[in-house]
Amino acid sequence: MRAEDDRKALEKEVKRWEASTLRNALESLPERRKEFVTTSSRPVRRLYTPLDLDGKADETRVGKPGEFPFTRGIHPTMYRGRLWTMRMFAGYGSAEDTNRRFKYLIAHGETGLSVAFDMPTLYGYDTDQPEAKGEFGTCGVAVSSPEDMRLLFHGIDVGQVSTSMTINSPAAVIWAMYLAAAEERKVPWSKLRGTIQNDILKEYQAQKEWIFPPEPSMRLVVDTFEFGSKQVPQWNTISISGYHIREAGATAGQELAFTLANGMEYVRWGVERGLRVDDFAPRLSFFFNAHNDLFEEIAKYRAARRIWAREMRDTFAAKNPRSWLLRFHAQTAGVSLTAQQPEVNIVRTTVQALAAVLGGTQSLHTNAYDEAYQVPNEAAARIALRTQQILAHESGVANTADPLGGSYFLEALTDELEDEAYQYFDRIQDLGGVIPAIRKGFFQQEIANSAYRYQREIEDKERVIVGVNDFVVDEQPEVEPLRVTEASLKAQVERLRRLRRTRDAKKHEHALDRLRKACEGDENTMPFILDAVRAKATLGEVIDVMREVFGVWEEPLLY
Amino acid sequence: MPARKGTASRSRDPVTGLVRDLLKGDKRAAAKLISLIEDDEPEATEALARIHPHTGRAHVVGFTGPPGVGKSSLINRLVRTFRGRGKKVGVVAVDPTSPYTGGAVLGDRIRMADTGVDPGVFIRSMATRGHAGGLALATFDAVRVLDALGMDLVLVETVGAGQSEVEIATRAHSTVVVEMPMTGDAVQTMKAGILEIGDVYVVNKVDLGNADVLVANLKFQLEPRDGWRPPVIRTAALEGRGIGELADALDRHAKFLDDTGLRKKREISRARLEILENAQRLLSRRVEAGSGFGRTFETMAKEVAERRFDPHSAARKLLHEPPRESD
Amino acid sequence: MPKKIRVLIAKPGLDGHDRGAKVVARALRDAGMEVIYTGLRQTPEDIVEAAIQEDVDAIGLSCLSGAHMTLFPEVVKLLKKRKSGDILVAGGGIIPEADIPKLKKAGIKIVFGPGTPLRDIVAFFETAGKGA
Repeated sequence: MRAEDDRKALEKEVKRWEASTLRNALESLPERRKEFVTTSSRPVRRLYTPLDLDGKADETRVGKPGEFPFTRGIHPTMYRGRLWTMRMFAGYGSAEDTNRRFKYLIAHGETGLSVAFDMPTLYGYDTDQPEAKGEFGTCGVAVSSPEDMRLLFHGIDVGQVSTSMTINSPAAVIWAMYLAAAEERKVPWSKLRGTIQNDILKEYQAQKEWIFPPEPSMRLVVDTFEFGSKQVPQWNTISISGYHIREAGATAGQELAFTLANGMEYVRWGVERGLRVDDFAPRLSFFFNAHNDLFEEIAKYRAARRIWAREMRDTFAAKNPRSWLLRFHAQTAGVSLTAQQPEVNIVRTTVQALAAVLGGTQSLHTNAYDEAYQVPNEAAARIALRTQQILAHESGVANTADPLGGSYFLEALTDELEDEAYQYFDRIQDLGGVIPAIRKGFFQQEIANSAYRYQREIEDKERVIVGVNDFVVDEQPEVEPLRVTEASLKAQVERLRRLRRTRDAKKHEHALDRLRKACEGDENTMPFILDAVRAKATLGEVIDVMREVFGVWEEPLLY
Repeated sequence: MPARKGTASRSRDPVTGLVRDLLKGDKRAAAKLISLIEDDEPEATEALARIHPHTGRAHVVGFTGPPGVGKSSLINRLVRTFRGRGKKVGVVAVDPTSPYTGGAVLGDRIRMADTGVDPGVFIRSMATRGHAGGLALATFDAVRVLDALGMDLVLVETVGAGQSEVEIATRAHSTVVVEMPMTGDAVQTMKAGILEIGDVYVVNKVDLGNADVLVANLKFQLEPRDGWRPPVIRTAALEGRGIGELADALDRHAKFLDDTGLRKKREISRARLEILENAQRLLSRRVEAGSGFGRTFETMAKEVAERRFDPHSAARKLLHEPPRESD
Repeated sequence: MPKKIRVLIAKPGLDGHDRGAKVVARALRDAGMEVIYTGLRQTPEDIVEAAIQEDVDAIGLSCLSGAHMTLFPEVVKLLKKRKSGDILVAGGGIIPEADIPKLKKAGIKIVFGPGTPLRDIVAFFETAGKGA
């Protein structure tokens, strides 16, 4: 649509259609609602035409896959070259329990590992600390020591398979335990592939698994960037996440904006440390939600790639094209799963997974249908994995890059989301940046407001949730919940006690002292964390040292 | 134990028992009594009468200042500091009731989470329940309960809007005005009257920068009152800075009030206010629709509106004063 | 004037998922109640102490990490110990059906699973004020 005449002609055409064909149709069949909106309450018009593409679909904005600005994907061949990694988030009980589940999933075709940790581990507590009471293994695996880490990957070749670990405040320590375990097995760190989530900013905003205040936490993150770029070159030292922000109630636009704002903040801190952006940017990865609204989600991913590429190249002056790539993992929306008629969740997950694939994700986790009330059982996890395999091998959507590119609707949505993100960037800037905005409770308030609005829409039946506020049946699903056993807990505690009894006490004490000093100063903490781990320090012991030095974060009140 | 019955009386314990337990330091009794008073139960007046002789020990500090300035965080830190000095501290935190729904989210306690289980601390959240200004009607009665419970200090946090500072200043022993530096170039103006009612001024969030101008401004504009020059204290509550100095200033002010006899003077002023308020309340009740005098009052009002009677004479009639000759 | 109902909404244990708790707190406020939200990482002791000092009619506990079987009954136990067993306790979060009878036996009055309409939750707390 370049010529002004063509444009005018098309406008005329659309008006004609509205005045005649549409009007006649509306007279006998009015539309079902006054307004149609996405899951994020974004209005959707009844028709999108080439007029909506005007100025939007040209080469500079859409381009080609594998080339700046990567709107259509980060590889030229996308899934024709390699399918996305099928990476199922798993973890419960003890390391042995989870090790069994890993092997099950690998046997059934998953192509990457993803570790879920229990609450105490996520907050840096050992299983036998008082804060951990009642919380062992209920929502993930307990890893309190290097021993546990070893057992977790027993019989799995970490040199061959990539591992993603969802761990944030204690990420550096858990990563050190993984590295130490690989070292023990003589697997060179240069071979290790994987990711640590390590995204502390979104913890303050959404997931709330924080320990220390922002500044020391960011220091730890940059320590891992620096260490990883030199010693573990194939490792993604961060997974900048929007998933949790979305789960906490944000809209798609907020998810996009807050995630990328956080991402840029991490880059700023890395550069401030003195790192060259091209030394660490290629190893930044992302993690997005795959929510209900098919087209909005696809648009979100495309906008994300475009924004990131532009900011990295133009704002941060990254020279290496690999620094411009937004590589991401996606997970289907946990918050959308219902406890009512749970089998129907399989359908939800399928649509959401489709969005992620059509949106060009590099890696995907699909939820199991029973996750509205428990950690998934084996059968449910298998169906979730099969869902991905159907999409990959039977649906044909992997046959071409960015299949929906050029769609009037999709390109318009992509632009809208991009605009919304930039508006948020401005607001965050006005508040003084990401961390001041966190302290002012900006993100938290935006998220809480969206969450409340969404819930009210459901209450008022403006928004239908199948099986919950419409199409309801009075059924009690037959469910046998997955239980963490007393035996697992006992074994874990015994393992911890044995570790503490048998380690070299002097070496251990010295390592922790040295770590404390490093935390107090400005050396990179990773080598000292590694030494502590090699000296058989537990997670709780290392985090306690850090707690002493860095202090503890106090949340600004918001509801 | 049977389920709670709310409408008749939230608490089913008799007042005498509650007061007895209160004086022994029972927190549950204190909480029940505060509810009784808040809900304006018939036994509330009796409860307050029984409590009154046991009050007057606690030093009451009111905190006022715009929303978002950090009053809750400041109070949290102050509680910890005073606890460290061996004092028992009560907190009454007031939040606004929504004029549309009548409900409220009372969000100050959340910032004091780490002090909540300390046996020497009692925190009560209150909603304004329609009362204009930054306090609830029952706020200072609740303070009395905590006084009788044995608290050495009671800190009162206002909503920060409206005329809360005036209300606080007439009731608290020490009034703390909390401000924070503004960012940007705009000249920072303060609410009219704010410079006259504070005993201690706090500039919080000094970590944000720009504090010097505000501090200098305040120091320049504050005048001594009754022989007390209000200090200006810099704090960064979330970082725990300046709290010791604030606690010291409050101790100094408490001592000043004792040494000069001002505490007694203020107690008497306060008592005057309260007696009048109670009288007003009693009168209002007398003339409520459905009460004995209610219908007469309605008639009076009609007559005044029709100019057959004037409002002053009507008021005197209400108070049983003899009518003037002109009637 | 109808009595104000006072409710404590609490997040026991380490679980940081507070979306539901905050939405419920707001809904209760919109229904005219006074809601004290404790924030995250509360121990059962913290919760009971707050409930007593605030003299609430009911407590709503939220837990999505699977630790409810330890934490919820502990709250009820402590309330009884402090002579405040008349405060109603409701639970919500990720709680399998199979655990609900056990929780009820331990003194949890009602459990609100995922998908419960807000109006049902509001209705429950409304009865808490007037007596069950």
